[in-house]
Amino acid sequence: MGQNILEIVDLVKKYDGETILNGLNLQIRKGEVVVVLGPSGCGKSTLLRCMNALESIQGGQILLEGMRVEKNAKNITLIRQKIGMVFQSYELFPHKTILENITLAPLHVQKRSQSQVQEEACTLLKRVGLSGKENAYPRQLSGGQKQRVAIVRALCMHPEIMLFDEVTAALDPEMVREVLDVILELANEGMTMVIVTHEMQFARAVADRVVFLEGGRIVEESDPETFFTHPSSDRAKAFLQTFEFHKERQNHAEKQST
Amino acid sequence: MRTYAPMYVEAALLTLRIGTTGILLSVAVGIICSGVLYNRVPVLKGIVSAYVELSRNTPLLVQLFFLYFGLPKIGIRLSGQMCGVIGLTFLGGSYMTEAFRSSLEAVEKIQYESAMSLGMNSVQVFRYVIFPQALATAVPSVIANVVFLLKETSVFSGIALADLMYVAKDLIGLYYQTGEALLMLVIAYLVILLPVSLLGSVLERRLRYAGFGN
Ligand SMILES: Nc1ncnc2c1ncn2[C@@H]1O[C@H](COP(=O)(O)OP(=O)(O)OP(=O)(O)O)[C@@H](O)[C@H]1O
Ligand SMILES: [Mg+2]
Repeated sequence: MGQNILEIVDLVKKYDGETILNGLNLQIRKGEVVVVLGPSGCGKSTLLRCMNALESIQGGQILLEGMRVEKNAKNITLIRQKIGMVFQSYELFPHKTILENITLAPLHVQKRSQSQVQEEACTLLKRVGLSGKENAYPRQLSGGQKQRVAIVRALCMHPEIMLFDEVTAALDPEMVREVLDVILELANEGMTMVIVTHEMQFARAVADRVVFLEGGRIVEESDPETFFTHPSSDRAKAFLQTFEFHKERQNHAEKQST
Repeated sequence: MRTYAPMYVEAALLTLRIGTTGILLSVAVGIICSGVLYNRVPVLKGIVSAYVELSRNTPLLVQLFFLYFGLPKIGIRLSGQMCGVIGLTFLGGSYMTEAFRSSLEAVEKIQYESAMSLGMNSVQVFRYVIFPQALATAVPSVIANVVFLLKETSVFSGIALADLMYVAKDLIGLYYQTGEALLMLVIAYLVILLPVSLLGSVLERRLRYAGFGN
């Protein structure tokens, strides 16, 4: 794994005076997969949105390859092209076909040639198992299919880093797998990624490093094995326990229903 | 009745001509102004808001009087038809602005963000992502505005434009055939407006079926 591609230094983010991120530091190396965990409302989504300058920040700085990621920076559209983002709710453009969704920004933002972009889009769609859906509209696709298109749409911009914000949280259980498989494959190819997820098995499998966010800072940072078997902070322990509890209850419910 | 019919036809054509021009320009003004409001463009935003208030809170006839009788006092002389087009655009522009603005606001903000995250600038986001989605939901209110504006053209007679209303008043004044003249007037407006309204409901239904919906 190479040098730092993204550096977050003393990041402060406030919403109407309420401090959400409070002096957060995080470095991400090229090719690294970082999973961000933390209790609901701790600011995971906010952190990702700051990394993409969708939010203004009130202190510190975020650097992508040494360039400041800031909402009002002159080159922000250029920087955003290097950062792919996938949202929980897919956010495909409902009035555009799948192919148009994917090629819109490469054509109009990057001014790449239509034939080249379309070819790449089709190849990517094939890779995620969606050949033949080029001319469909988003409403004709299942949630899992839409999310795979959203990933392809971000990939087609050739980003340096990808951000995933609970991309399976809105999916029916049987569709979670198909989306996670795509992300796992990207990880194998060496894509740099920051992933927020509630899927603990997946987190453990995909992460090179797990960071645990609470109280506006990263309170624990370790490799996944250590984090899931011997978390050092009490907060992380408590967090993992709630997941164990949920899982047990789920298993219990499943046993009872069969 | 037959003798006056050609006069009505001619008047209807005038109403339609000025109406169509004014309405097309209104739509253009509405798109531009709603874009300014949606993107909160500094300075322009204030000007547009002031324009919308002014336009919506003064009657068309007053606006026409200002153009037709007021402007010549400062040396600007416009033809009656020109005043009609400008007046209608001035009024319609603000109504169209409101129609588009509320549809733009109804597009979810995260669509904007998802387009931004692909590196689009705000003009590209507006043009390729937000506006096309807003257009579909704006159609019913735009059509309602078209009908409203076509009806408003009836005040053109106030600045001596030989529109439908003018012809009817003329005939009543000249021949005292009030009943006939008014009947023809109503028919003429129906002939113009009914198709627009029908087109509106057809479009609305079409768009609903083609409804995007996530
Ligand atoms: N636009 C906003 N305005 C004001 N407060 C906000 C806004 N967005 C988020 N917050 C607050 O900031 C905090 C962090 O929210 P955020 O969505 O980042 O949490 P999260 O860790 O992603 O939670 P979850 O796991 O539920 O997705 C929450 O308390 C939330 O209420
Ligand atoms: Mg979140």
